[in-house]
Amino acid sequence: MPKIIFIQADGKEIEASGVAGMTVMETALKFQVPGIDADCGGACACATCHVYVEPEWRDKVGARNPMEEDMLDFAFDVRDNSRLSCQIKVSDALDGLRVKVPAKQF
Amino acid sequence: MSDVITTDAVIIGAGPCGLFSVFELGLLDIKCHVIDILDRPGGQCAELYPEKPIYDIPALVSVSGAELTTRLMEQAKPFHPQFHFNQMVTALEKRGENDFYLTTDGGLQFNCKVVVIAAGGGSFQPKKPPIPGIDAYEGQSVFYSVKKMEALRGRDVLIVGGGDSALDWTNNLQPLAKSLTLIHRRDEFRAAPDSVNKMRELVAAGHMQLKIGQVTGLKGEAGVLSGATVKGADGSIIDVACNALLPFFGLTMKLGPVANWGLNLNENLVAVDTAKFETSVPGIFAIGDINTYPGKLKLILSGFHEAALMAQQAFRYINPGERLVFQYTTSSTNLQKKLGVE
Repeated sequence: MPKIIFIQADGKEIEASGVAGMTVMETALKFQVPGIDADCGGACACATCHVYVEPEWRDKVGARNPMEEDMLDFAFDVRDNSRLSCQIKVSDALDGLRVKVPAKQF
Repeated sequence: MSDVITTDAVIIGAGPCGLFSVFELGLLDIKCHVIDILDRPGGQCAELYPEKPIYDIPALVSVSGAELTTRLMEQAKPFHPQFHFNQMVTALEKRGENDFYLTTDGGLQFNCKVVVIAAGGGSFQPKKPPIPGIDAYEGQSVFYSVKKMEALRGRDVLIVGGGDSALDWTNNLQPLAKSLTLIHRRDEFRAAPDSVNKMRELVAAGHMQLKIGQVTGLKGEAGVLSGATVKGADGSIIDVACNALLPFFGLTMKLGPVANWGLNLNENLVAVDTAKFETSVPGIFAIGDINTYPGKLKLILSGFHEAALMAQQAFRYINPGERLVFQYTTSSTNLQKKLGVE
């Protein structure tokens, strides 16, 4: 099972085992990762599952989709490596993926 | 304050469960007023996913949030519910048996026999960007909504965001502000094209400024803002002078005033029984996403079931001593008369 590592704002790491096809957001909820609010439940409609993809993983994770790009307008402190975790699908290629969770979604 | 509105039931929340409650209560001759913080019915279906399909409504293979709302409104129509939008219920008080008193932030007052809390994830409230120290400026210099435009006349206004609220207020406030700056993280806007064009014309004419970047810090003293630090998309850091900041980052759900009504809560959800979906206060019901009980699933279909059972108990409170005869809409002439299909 692909592992996803969620790095908290204080540096603490939470390792979660994902299932291919599930989203990174769903994986975070399953492992009760603090800081992933996911208000809308994965409809790409709230921007409260914002994460920063660690530099070494950005190419593998790929680019934002247009709907996600729009929705990121509602996130705070958007950076080049910002993604909405409900739009990243877990796969074997992403085994070991590291994402940072913002201190506060909102 | 307006006159007190007297009715049988007040439903808090005009989402799918609130709307279906109108139907279930209506079949039992219970008159309803429905209050919602949004400006239209639908709740999360309207605000979060109007165009996105829902696949688990029984018998509707796929239905959008907007379509589901329209259908529920149509179904509730024979019972003439009265809607009160843009209102948040701030206080709920039990004055006696089957005697409740509610007030809203817009000054409306209600007196009713039963209350149905169908408030979903709580109240939709503006998102507050976590800019360090922003709390200190709220109310004096930082505003998440505009109640009175006059309050911003002659001020140096900084608006942040790229959606309809940000663009509408940019265009509306520009004529009366001393100066106006719009900040957005990218040079693309998801707002209506007309408002975007109007804003671009104002920029071209030198009447306002548009900066691409994000606010990272605030400057000021004693709650009065003097400027904002903005990190440009190119990494540059600039200061923008302003004494009013309006951040528009959309809405988020907060439990809100429900937490203060003396109801038993369990992890920010209202605890109910599974026969009547009644809270710890008799006469106050909670249905849909806002309630919790063993085995609870946050599904619209579960909320519909909860509405039907809630209505049975509401009937008993409103018509004490009267026998409730269970009837089917398919065969009961009485129910069909109420539905206007007889």
